[in-house]
Amino acid sequence: MIPAAFDYHRADTLDEALKLLKKHGDDAKVLSGGMSLLPMLKLRLASFAHLVDINRVPGLDYIKEEKGTLRIGAMTRQAALERSDVIKSKYPILADAVPLIADPLVRNRGTIGGNVANGDPGNDQPAIMIALGATFIVRGAKERSVAANQFYKGLYDTALARSEILTEIRIPVPPLKSGGAYTKLKRKTGDFAVAAAAVQLTLGKYGAVERAGIALTNAGLTPIEAVDAAKYLVGKMPDEKTIAEAAKMAAAKSAPSADRRGSVEYKKEMARVLTARALHKAVQRAGGS
Amino acid sequence: MAMHKISVTINGAVREAEVESRLLLVHLIREVFRMTGTHVGCDTSHCGACTVVLDGNPVKSCTVLAVQADGSKITTVEGLEQGGKLHPVQEGFTEKHGLQCGFCTPGMLMTTSALLERNKNPSEQQIREAISGNLCRCTGYVNIVKAVQYAAEKMR
Repeated sequence: MIPAAFDYHRADTLDEALKLLKKHGDDAKVLSGGMSLLPMLKLRLASFAHLVDINRVPGLDYIKEEKGTLRIGAMTRQAALERSDVIKSKYPILADAVPLIADPLVRNRGTIGGNVANGDPGNDQPAIMIALGATFIVRGAKERSVAANQFYKGLYDTALARSEILTEIRIPVPPLKSGGAYTKLKRKTGDFAVAAAAVQLTLGKYGAVERAGIALTNAGLTPIEAVDAAKYLVGKMPDEKTIAEAAKMAAAKSAPSADRRGSVEYKKEMARVLTARALHKAVQRAGGS
Repeated sequence: MAMHKISVTINGAVREAEVESRLLLVHLIREVFRMTGTHVGCDTSHCGACTVVLDGNPVKSCTVLAVQADGSKITTVEGLEQGGKLHPVQEGFTEKHGLQCGFCTPGMLMTTSALLERNKNPSEQQIREAISGNLCRCTGYVNIVKAVQYAAEKMR
């Protein structure tokens, strides 16, 4: 399959990329890893007159903790996240998820920036970023930041303007007694989730939940933030009964559609089960029981 | 329509081409360079038959633009053999019967040769994970895993 014709532009700096986007307006699209965009173009589900390739823009590929914030450059490949010691040791929610994204060959190209900016509810990292309370740094005429839970507007519709590029992801470094988990059900390697749950918790001195972030992947047109379930957990001991109730509340927020991955009823039930499992794992990792 | 002059080092040789923006890397390799060892399988980034090693990393060449490879080093299955001697993974696939129809084999060889560059002693689990983006519809992977283990031992 061959994409419809387009003009390819290789940006060597961020400013050059932004200039190209400004010049070509709605006809232009940013090309990062290309692992979603190129298949879409080949299947002719999308077409753009201009692609602006940011793969050679320097300084967008890093994973670093600084002053209480984990900063990840948008062009960081999934494979780099998978090998990162910081991610493995301190961000189990991401360490759980990355090996479950697509397959190793795709992860060699695919980027975290592309995953979160794409706006496909099947992408795994948007829900994770919402659970972590992350912020996206966006560059256009000027720089602005958007909270992950304010970013997703609809199917492939995000707060990102066509003239903007998502450049960095900022995650607050989890305090002591924090734990996260990502649980995903998929039919096979390379498939999107039937359902998946992202959970990030912090426990207080006596083991009660102090902060909770819960979000679901592929459970609607956007990642679904389970605000009620998270609120319900705060101040409570995360025991079996509380977790079961929170999982039920999260699943009630999901609005999946029936497809070859299953019926609405099945997907909602899986969202419940996966949320409960992620909560248990997160509690355990936070040092609770 | 803009054409792009590109230059790549493929299997050690510098090759130049003038390509359309939308030309895929796999088509550059097969149709422009006439190296047909790299296969087009599903053409949707699932099967891995088109896997080549791009600047050290195995990637699906049906999902990379040719113009994106400008200035890069590419290794295809034709580049594995050195001086008339098969690469250990090629030997392994021969010795352990790692193929039947052979369609997935070029991709399997590229992924597993890259794996062994990074990890000299992969466990069975690591081998299976590494080839999880390469589909084989004949052998059921058992002999492919054995072939990679054979190669790993040979390379140590």
